[in-house]
Amino acid sequence: MDLGLTEGELKFRDELRAWLKTNLPPMSERPEKTADSYNEYQTFLKSWQRKLYDGGYAGINWPKDFGGRGASFIEQAIFQEEMALADAPERMGTIGQGLVGPTIISVGTEEQKKRFLPGILSGAEVWCQGFSEPNAGSDVASLETKGIREGDEFVVNGQKIWTSYAHIADWCMLLVRTDPNAPKHKGITCLLVDMKSEGISVRPLRMMSGDSGFNEMFFSNLRVPVANVLGKVNEGWHTAITALSNERANLGTGLYVVFKRTLEAVVDHARKIQRNGKPAIEDPVLRERLAQAYVDLEVFRLNTTRSLSMLNKTGAPGPEGSIQKLYWSELNQRNAQIALEVLGPRALSAEFDAGRWAYNYLRSRGNTIEAGTSEIQRNIIAQRVLGLPRSY
Amino acid sequence: MEFELSKPQKLLQQSARDLFARECKTTRVRELMATDTAFHPELWEAVADQGWLGIHLPEACGGLELGAVELAVVAEEMGRVCFPGPFLGTVWAATALAEANPKSKQLDALTTGAAKGAVALLEPDTGWCPSEVRLRAEPDGGGFKLTGRKSFVLDAGVADVIVCAVRTPDGLALVTVPGEAGGLTKTATQPLDATRKISELQFDAVKVGADDVVAVGPEAERALAQSMRYGTLMAAADMLGGMQWILEASVEYAKTRQQFGKTIGTFQSVQHMCADMLLWTESSRSSVYFAAWALGADPADAPRAVSLAKAYVSDASREVANRGVQVHGGIGFTWEHDLQLYYKRSKASEVLFGDARDHRARLAELAFDSATAGA
Repeated sequence: MDLGLTEGELKFRDELRAWLKTNLPPMSERPEKTADSYNEYQTFLKSWQRKLYDGGYAGINWPKDFGGRGASFIEQAIFQEEMALADAPERMGTIGQGLVGPTIISVGTEEQKKRFLPGILSGAEVWCQGFSEPNAGSDVASLETKGIREGDEFVVNGQKIWTSYAHIADWCMLLVRTDPNAPKHKGITCLLVDMKSEGISVRPLRMMSGDSGFNEMFFSNLRVPVANVLGKVNEGWHTAITALSNERANLGTGLYVVFKRTLEAVVDHARKIQRNGKPAIEDPVLRERLAQAYVDLEVFRLNTTRSLSMLNKTGAPGPEGSIQKLYWSELNQRNAQIALEVLGPRALSAEFDAGRWAYNYLRSRGNTIEAGTSEIQRNIIAQRVLGLPRSY
Repeated sequence: MEFELSKPQKLLQQSARDLFARECKTTRVRELMATDTAFHPELWEAVADQGWLGIHLPEACGGLELGAVELAVVAEEMGRVCFPGPFLGTVWAATALAEANPKSKQLDALTTGAAKGAVALLEPDTGWCPSEVRLRAEPDGGGFKLTGRKSFVLDAGVADVIVCAVRTPDGLALVTVPGEAGGLTKTATQPLDATRKISELQFDAVKVGADDVVAVGPEAERALAQSMRYGTLMAAADMLGGMQWILEASVEYAKTRQQFGKTIGTFQSVQHMCADMLLWTESSRSSVYFAAWALGADPADAPRAVSLAKAYVSDASREVANRGVQVHGGIGFTWEHDLQLYYKRSKASEVLFGDARDHRARLAELAFDSATAGA
């Protein structure tokens, strides 16, 4: 047990600090994250990602040959801490970096690694993940989109839904049913699909928060080369589980930066906004609520650091990632509510802070649904970590 | 950087677990609960022989000079078995003395286990904030004469050395009083958690000699505060061990108990309670060992780290204990089932050294009121 840094780790941290000093975008150049500024915000994140890539900080623990740094999860943990300390922007492309990239590293061919990993890290190529369908939500293995082999191509027909980033994505990691006669987990294949291909149409879905991060995707005789199968034909479920485990493990690691800055902004407001004749921060009840938010947040930071330290030993994320997903999604909902309690009516106005507080509150509702509902995460924890019997 | 126990720390954990599995079965715990002191000489000796009473203290103070992480490891294992008797009181007293004066004459007896200790802090109307201490210490020769009352004093009944926080004309002071001092009346009270006993202490002109005055003024405040951080860590680690036991017992029960022709662990409502218990337990583990590490290696951040752990674990431990009873159903509500031991110990540790709300109030000061302390 030693949270101190070794000489090599200190060197990494100091170099990173120096790099941040010259490369961190000033607050005045950062767009607010709201429904109206969705596209502007994504463009900003893309440019920040490119900076990180050029600086050698995009894929800390990814192999050097593919644009990564070849360092460990410990450096990754240090990176997260420093990003938080420096108030750095969040990272773009959670699908590409958090889910597709690690899966390609784990089960992809050499050609796939060479072709796709650098673009993911530099932010040049945005990815989306075509898993869910209208009739395959939590039970994703019951998906129906068909992939029929014709020569060295698969011909894909069907529909996906809730696909984040599909409207801006260059590539899609797509699950299709290639053997309708096999048991549901055994007839699935994972395809890497160029979103510019013929036969794909994308229709944005507007969320309750007002923005259109989700989409529907329709496939009509889409043709995908067999060389773009990720993993093995009919073993796409294994590929999907690898991807989902990485998603749960990775999605949370960069979020501390975001949550911390959000809480600090609430506390700043609480110093100015009056309640019962004194600053809200001095109101005993609001103060207690903010302290609850702070405890939740800081324990999340510790869990993240600890899970990266453990990943450093085990190499691949396991079902424990569900604990992280469960924790951060519920934390973000609680803290979004606390922010509204502190801010009062101004939080509901689109003019105050460009409407970020109401947006954040509404958007956080989706956190316990996307990337596996809280119920699915609890099932995974109970069945695959604690060893309780399967319930379905 | 490594956020998990080192090999030697894992060995320590295993040897503590093995020792307690042998020597501290719940049958013995229940026997000791029924006594006035919860003290068992052989069990005490077994722990003293390992050096665990001074595990984190410098060798010059009779300690093993390991760290707060090792102390947390032992405290966690004690929580796992509801270890009865005056471990916490003795280690707290030794830590307060070592902090105030490494040459304190009682230190050796406390760290070897020859003497048991306690710290008398609370009074009938005070909380955990040392500035609230009122027990009057009038100058008397080179020492003091103590008059007043101390309440809810953990392990005082069996203590040979009681470190008392008292109010002198020059501010707070720490003084030592023998367990059998003239003018001191100890009254055992019936605690919720019968594995660790508490007493009321009445001081009627108890005389304290000059060489029993450990520290006065700011030095006393500092030593007491630092010793309370170690005490707080022990309480949090103890809860962590209890949570782990309750989680394992509940999962085991859910795997075997049959209803509607199925094991109840098949039902998602039961599974989800177990999943939440794991989340709380593992998050508590992160915060306890972070606090332990900070106490040894990052003194500037230690107050925040310790309060973070106590704030989180106090609530999490209660939630886990509640779910544990619920998963067990009727049997979990009985006197016969060991769950009740853990349930009550959890509640006692929850309030020990301040509950979640007390520590959140401190965190608010550290995080919101000072410009330098941020996340």
